[in-house]
This record gives sequence, structure tokens and C-alpha cells, in this order.
Amino acid sequence: MKALVAVKRVVDYNVKVRVKADHTGVETANVKMSMNPFDEIAVEEALRLREAGTVEEVIAFSAGIQQCQETIRTALAMGADRGVLVLTDVELQPLAVAKLLKAVIEKEAPEIVIIGKQAIDDDCNQTGQMLAALLGWPQATFASKLTISNGSAEVTREVDGGLETVKLKMPAVVTTDLRLNEPRYASLPNIMKAKKKPIDVFSPDDLGVDVTPRLVTLKVEEPVKRQGGVKVGSVEELVTKLKTEARVI
Amino acid sequence: MSVLVVAEHDNKSVKPATLNAVAAAAELGTAGAGDIHILVAGEDCRAAADAAAKIAGVAKVLIADDAAYGHGLAENVAPLLVSLAPQYSHLLAPATTQGKNLMPRVAALLDVMQISDISGVVSTDTFVRPIYAGNALATVQSKDPVKVITVRGTAFPPGEAEGGSASVEAVGGAGSAGLSEFVKAELSKSERPELTSARVIISGGRGMQSGDNFHLLEAVADKLGAAVGASRAAVDAGFVPNDYQVGQTGKIVAPELYIAVGISGAIQHLAGMKDSKVIVAINKDEEAPIFQIADYGLVGDLFKILPELDAELAKTQK
Repeated sequence: MKALVAVKRVVDYNVKVRVKADHTGVETANVKMSMNPFDEIAVEEALRLREAGTVEEVIAFSAGIQQCQETIRTALAMGADRGVLVLTDVELQPLAVAKLLKAVIEKEAPEIVIIGKQAIDDDCNQTGQMLAALLGWPQATFASKLTISNGSAEVTREVDGGLETVKLKMPAVVTTDLRLNEPRYASLPNIMKAKKKPIDVFSPDDLGVDVTPRLVTLKVEEPVKRQGGVKVGSVEELVTKLKTEARVI
Repeated sequence: MSVLVVAEHDNKSVKPATLNAVAAAAELGTAGAGDIHILVAGEDCRAAADAAAKIAGVAKVLIADDAAYGHGLAENVAPLLVSLAPQYSHLLAPATTQGKNLMPRVAALLDVMQISDISGVVSTDTFVRPIYAGNALATVQSKDPVKVITVRGTAFPPGEAEGGSASVEAVGGAGSAGLSEFVKAELSKSERPELTSARVIISGGRGMQSGDNFHLLEAVADKLGAAVGASRAAVDAGFVPNDYQVGQTGKIVAPELYIAVGISGAIQHLAGMKDSKVIVAINKDEEAPIFQIADYGLVGDLFKILPELDAELAKTQK
């Protein structure tokens, strides 16, 4: 069976983002970009399935501007077999990405789709669930363990109260949480090899998908900055201050 | 048109996060939206529906009682919401793991974009939501006919759990979609309050060094009636289970008092707790970023400070 992973190009998790002066968004010029960390976990999980013999081929998907190809190359350098890029300058929102994914999945017919649970830029946490809905497939979000056998996927999910295990009919969509695995680094030889791996490029029109945004961002602002307080010298002083000054205990 | 809030519940009672979502629905009402209805979809969930009917400001409770809804599987519950959607202008759920799992599936079936994790209501179609781990706030306007929304609990003070007397009406759905089944749950058992509704939280980070050392935090937590949380580093290291994690992709909390112990203060952790009323940081590294946002900082060895804190609290509680 084939596995498809979706990878998003986002501002690197170590970058402290700054809101643009004109309040239209955050500064992304000259900022380090990386693969969304949850998507790295998705790629790693697909590679492990291939290494275990469950999956024969891993396809890495991304959508957006030309530079998203670099994010696909990163997935290929980690070990994915080939890429699919949907090229567009339009701001893509999760519903549009889910529709693009659906169109590609209908061509490629993977049996398992693995996606990060959330992108660390828009923090939406939607695409996997939306894709599963559009395909009429089952979903397991926030996965910390994935086992595939006999046409079904057993997935342990990180939920508010602890862990929950569900069993899904295949094909299925799984979204990754932090504890699913620890992604590998791409080795230099694999980075070189990745340059030769094929990437198919489509436009949203090729796939017959309308990607017009449904949400309009009216403005983006900085939150109120929290001011640092004081250092206290002792536990006794801390408890006194919490009692008499902050009045929280 | 009315606003439908999807209740977070365990079939017997309604979880506090529901009250925050009802508060957001009430703000929509102030902005011009209609009555608030609550959906309780579950199995043998009459008690939860009765509890939902008592929530102040709720006009009607819809109960969908079916074995297929017992574990809240999104494949089964989403079509039920889609069938109810034509009667509503807004569908809301708390931004809990349950709400986050369910609502995007509903939104896609309705061909609308979800508005995730709102922290403010500007009008019936315009909302504020944090992006980039809360380092920016976006004001977004939805052009879709029905608004599917998840609500950041900490941004909406909970409504009253008592005082309402809504009618309870049974609704039916298609039941099981036959795509997925619940296998088991391994839920953390604790006598302490839930993280997302606790008045006081004490959290440990990598500095705790091991899971065994969390008993030092637990002793203080018990003195303060606090919940115990953790940073991602502590969860990844296996000190404590995943449901302890506070942060951008874990739980978002805003208690009266948040005590961060041995937590350096990565932006991803700060994203989950920086709206707390009072923040205390205990860390041996005086350069730790956590001190930049703490109201009270104490530099020192947590293994010495925590027992002292425990003793000091014991003294003052006498």
C-alpha cells in the first residue's frame, strides 16, 4: 500500500515572530522557514511503516508557493520516495488544502494518510479532520501510537483525560501528536539523493479545486505584552507576597 | 437564528469547558445572534442533558442518545451535527481534544471553514483568534453561511452552571457510520482539579529530573488545592503522562495562580499559560526566559525550595 504525508512550510519553531507594522500579518521576509514539526513526525511514521514492510511507497505532498518544493525536498531527504506539489500564490486555508489533498489522493489512492495535527503558524488543527470528512474516511487525531494490520489501523490518541485507543477501517487519516516518534535527520548522502527524486507539480485548476479563502484576515496585532515582575529572596517572602500582595492563596 | 453549543460531557455530567463555550455563545447573542441551544450526544446521557438544561441562559437542550455516540467518535457525531446545522447560524464547541477532533469534520461536510480556538467575539461573523503560539492575534471574518467555531476556554469566563430551566428535546441521527470503533481509554486518575478549570496550577519541567520527583510538586499542590501540570520537556522525558502538558499544542490554561518549577519558558510553553493572573517562576537559572513574564521569581534549587514552600504553606495554613 501507499502512504501519503502532507508537509507544510512554516516559520521555524525557534523564530520569535513579529507582527508587521501595517497589521496585515507577521513578518516572513528573511525569516528561517522549516517543515512544520508535526509534519516531520508524520513523515517519520510513514517511513517507519515502509521500513516495517507495511507500506511500499511514501508520497510527500505540499501546497503553496514555489518554495514549498524545498519542504518536499526535506521530506524526500528524510526518505520519502516522491513528491506532489500544488503550486499557487493564493493564501491556502485548511478547507482548501483538504480539497487539494482529496484530489491528489483520488489519483494516487494511498491507504493511509498521515498529517501533523496542527501547523505551528495558524494553529488551526483542522486539515486532517477535514480531509477525512471529504473522503468519507475514518480519522484518528493526535496519535501517539499507530499499528496497521489486516486492513485496519489501531491508533492510540492523546486526549485531554489521558489516552484513548480507536480502531479504524482502512483507508484512514491519522494526525500526529508529539509522542508518536522522534523524527530522523536527513543525512548528507540522502539530501543529495533527494535532489533526483521526482516531484509532480499541479495547479489548483489542474485538480479542479477552488481555493478561494473563506476567512478574511482583517488585521493581525501583537498581544498585550506581559511585564516581568520582581525577584523575591526567599520562600517566606514569596508566600507573604502571594498572600498579601497578589492575594491568590 | 439560534446558536448550537456542543456539550463536553461524560454522559453523567457536563464538563466545565462547556460553560466557557456557552459564555462565548452568550457574547454572540449580545452581538445579535439568537437563542442558545446545547447538544448532548452520548449514550445513556440523560443525566448530562439534565445538567445542561440547568446552565443559565440556555433555551433548549437537544439529546441524542445512541450507543454510536457514547465515545464521541467524530465519524458518527459529525453527520448528526450536519443534520441539525440548517437551523443554526453558529455551531460552537470547546477547543478541547474532543471539540478539535469533531468540529473540522463537521465544517468540511458543510463546506465551510472552521474558525479555530477563538479568544474574542467582535460581531456575529468576526472573531479574534491567537496564531503563532499566541504571539499574534488575528481578527478574521467568515464569509460562510454557518459559522463552525471552537472556543478557547480561558478567554471566556464560564457561565453559571445553575439557574436555567431549558426544555430537553430528543433528536435522532444516523448512528454509527461503521468506519471506526472505540477500543479503550486509559485516563489519568486524580483527586486534584482538572488542569483547564483549576484555580491554581503548579507545573514541573525538565528541571524536575524524574517522574518520582513530581511528588514534591504534588505535596505543594495538595496544600493549595492545585492541579499539577508539566512542560513538553517533562512529558517527552516520560516524567508524567501526556495529559499534563501545558502549551501551544497541549492544554491552554489561565488560572489565578500558575507556579512554574524547573521550566525554562520556551515560547511554546508560555503560549499555554501566559494569560494566568499571577505567575510564579522557580528556576536555578536566573537568565531563564520564564522570569521575563513571571510576577514573582525565585532563583534557586527547586529540590531545596519545594520542601521549604511546602513547610511554609503548612505553617500559614494552621
